Amino acid sequence: MHGTRILDEADRLMTVCNSCRYCEGLCAVFPAMEMRRAFSNGDLNYLANLCHGCGACYTDCQFSPPHEFNVNVPQTLAVARAESYAAYAWPRAFAGSFARNGLVISLIAAFSVAAFIFGFAAFNDRQILLGVHADAGAFYKLMPHNAMAVLFGAVFLYAIAALVMGVRAFWRDIGEPVGMKTNIASLFQAMRDAGELRYLDGGGGGCFNEDDTPTDRRKIFHHLTFYGFGLCFAATCVATLYHYLFAREAPYAWWDLPVVLGTLGGIGLLIGPISLLAEKWKRDPVLVDAQRFGMDVAFIAMLFLTSLTGIALLLLRETSAMGPLLALHLGVVFALFVTMPYGKFVHGIYRYVALVRYAQEQRAIIGE
Amino acid sequence: MADLTRPYDVLVIGGGNAALCAAISARRAGASVLVLEAAPKFYRGGNTRHTRNMRCAHDAATEILTGPYTEEEFWQDLLLVTGGQTDEELARFMIHESKDILNWIVEQGVRWQPSLGGTLSLGRTNSFFLGGGRAMLNALYLTAEKLGVEIAYDAEVTDLQIEDGMFLGATLKQPIGGATDIRASVLVAAAGGFEANIEWLKEYWGAAADNFLIRGTPYNRGSILKMLLAKGVQEIGDPTQCHAVAIDGRAPKFDGGIITRHDSVVFGIVVNKHAERFYDEGEDIWPKRYAIWGRLVAAQPDQIAYIIFDSSVVTSFMPSLFPPIGAPTIAELAAKLELDPASLEKTVINFNAAVQPGTFDHTILDDCRTEGITPAKTHWARKIDAPPYLAYPVRPGITFTYLGTRVNKQSRIVMKDGKPSANMFAAGEIMAGNVLGKGYAAGIGMTIGSVFGRVAGREAAKNAKN
Repeated sequence: MHGTRILDEADRLMTVCNSCRYCEGLCAVFPAMEMRRAFSNGDLNYLANLCHGCGACYTDCQFSPPHEFNVNVPQTLAVARAESYAAYAWPRAFAGSFARNGLVISLIAAFSVAAFIFGFAAFNDRQILLGVHADAGAFYKLMPHNAMAVLFGAVFLYAIAALVMGVRAFWRDIGEPVGMKTNIASLFQAMRDAGELRYLDGGGGGCFNEDDTPTDRRKIFHHLTFYGFGLCFAATCVATLYHYLFAREAPYAWWDLPVVLGTLGGIGLLIGPISLLAEKWKRDPVLVDAQRFGMDVAFIAMLFLTSLTGIALLLLRETSAMGPLLALHLGVVFALFVTMPYGKFVHGIYRYVALVRYAQEQRAIIGE
Repeated sequence: MADLTRPYDVLVIGGGNAALCAAISARRAGASVLVLEAAPKFYRGGNTRHTRNMRCAHDAATEILTGPYTEEEFWQDLLLVTGGQTDEELARFMIHESKDILNWIVEQGVRWQPSLGGTLSLGRTNSFFLGGGRAMLNALYLTAEKLGVEIAYDAEVTDLQIEDGMFLGATLKQPIGGATDIRASVLVAAAGGFEANIEWLKEYWGAAADNFLIRGTPYNRGSILKMLLAKGVQEIGDPTQCHAVAIDGRAPKFDGGIITRHDSVVFGIVVNKHAERFYDEGEDIWPKRYAIWGRLVAAQPDQIAYIIFDSSVVTSFMPSLFPPIGAPTIAELAAKLELDPASLEKTVINFNAAVQPGTFDHTILDDCRTEGITPAKTHWARKIDAPPYLAYPVRPGITFTYLGTRVNKQSRIVMKDGKPSANMFAAGEIMAGNVLGKGYAAGIGMTIGSVFGRVAGREAAKNAKN
């Protein structure tokens, strides 16, 4: 019917749910579902990405297993969501990287770390690599700033281009013409919904994780991770401005803005991912897409390693470990960016786009 | 695992809304409480797991209710649906208490939301549970557990020891927590009706009951009700009556819940297995007449009927779980339904010929009607002539039964001799017949459960201390 087993199952469930509707107050998925009587692939992928996986509809459902209707919306949409990432991946040749994502990302990470270490070793003599450097521009003794900027700028631009192409395919498929600037209000609404994880709260009571007691833990840990990542990214941006506008070179003093932002973000990015991983470990398997465990863990691990190596670099930058740590940190960050369009990172992008679509649909109902 | 060898102040038998409200209110009043739920954990809660709202009186609009619903209006509605078969004193007491339940139930962890899509007609009178009845139950169970109420599942009670209207103890089918014989100072019976007990239904309905589908779980067997009535408790409500709606004939025998119902009757015609119409499909607006179709179908041969409509009305009603059966011609549709094609064609042709011109409006009693056929379709009658032709097979879906135990305003069970029991209370569907002698108004079962559950728990705790 839809070409994949999971979309067929999602279609069956949406038909069940559409004739019940008890869950419509829990999140955005069910009100969006109610606007349709039949579901195209795009509709189902839209609903799958709108779902935040809070699990409330499973715990609240009178037809969840062991009931013979076997209604498990969170798990089904989780699988559909993961398959949608591969379906919209650009270029198509890399779609397969989602299937064994944990392995792919570990290999790329290991390879890029090794490349930086060998690169540093090859281009610098041992004394510089393992020397102690504390003055401004110390990092760039190991790798010229421009080389760093070109390399990371390129990989960053590539990641953005690949993501944009994926989003374009998704946006087309979920039934909107490309070009969403037409509705600024919906973009802001979606930003707010995403920023506060409005739909990761089971309709107000919290998420379901290991048992039937709702909790806000996952939401809090996701905030730590997301805003931690945001602060780290801001640190990098501020440092770039420092470099080009004020000709102030890293490393910066501990009180300087890039370091403060990076440290705060880094702490969030240490506690957040490790806690999310712990929650994931405990989570009732019935709510989880077990096959994508590797993808989830790989992304969480990459975020954690980014922060860990960054903070280690900060703490040990005045010792002889700085050279190898810089290589390690840059390797991890490089791998994080290069794999961004092909891993769990995309969940944030597609979910945001789904929220934009939802905001637009809701506005259309209310009539602006 | 709870220690069931110790004596409890209050024993609650049942696991739905009424049982949990009783358990929570007794526990809050200081009693030790044990809840025995016959069903396994997943199926806990009897019919509550399939509910979605509660009807409570309120003097002003709230965040989730669109306007006031006074006690008097509630009473008039109850009078209307029961045709006067209600205990006015108890009913007015319940309606008055329902006002405070709106807040009390929230304090027990239940969350409200505005009326669901497709139920706008209830937006003023009924408060909907966020996430539905199972979410409501989950909240009550969490609260009960937090308060220290002991709960045992798969705990089927096979005997009650009652002497002269005095509860002495209960016997479990199999030992739980080291005990088979349960001792408690007070009993609250909140174990529902007997809608899932086909043998019992057969006593009144004969072999037809074999073709009934049960909308709730198979655990609503009425065994506690039967024991109480056998041990001197005064009965109330018509034992032969049950609330039944038309549900999809392809639904499972038990627990199909809300998603198997059909509200498309008014948009077509309904025929029996002889392909003949048998009742005015346009008599009144859904949901007012929603409840009659189960019993109408139950009266037809083999307890089956078919809603026949055409493609022009497909989007006029809520989608349902099972897709309609379709065919390009009436004759082919009849073949798919295993009806006689010539008879169905004749029925549709006669119906179409009788349809008078009018202006269709399904929200009011419009002027689209038939003339010259029996039975007539008095509203919303439009020709069935836009292929493909579609059909839903429907059977009676039994929701609940009316037979119950007589209680007073304390929710205390009244014995056959008219004396109140020394230490037995009842709440919920098991005593709903006191208030709801017949008929139904959306959400009233939950009102009965919460109000009398709360009262029964409070009184039971008081009783246990004396």
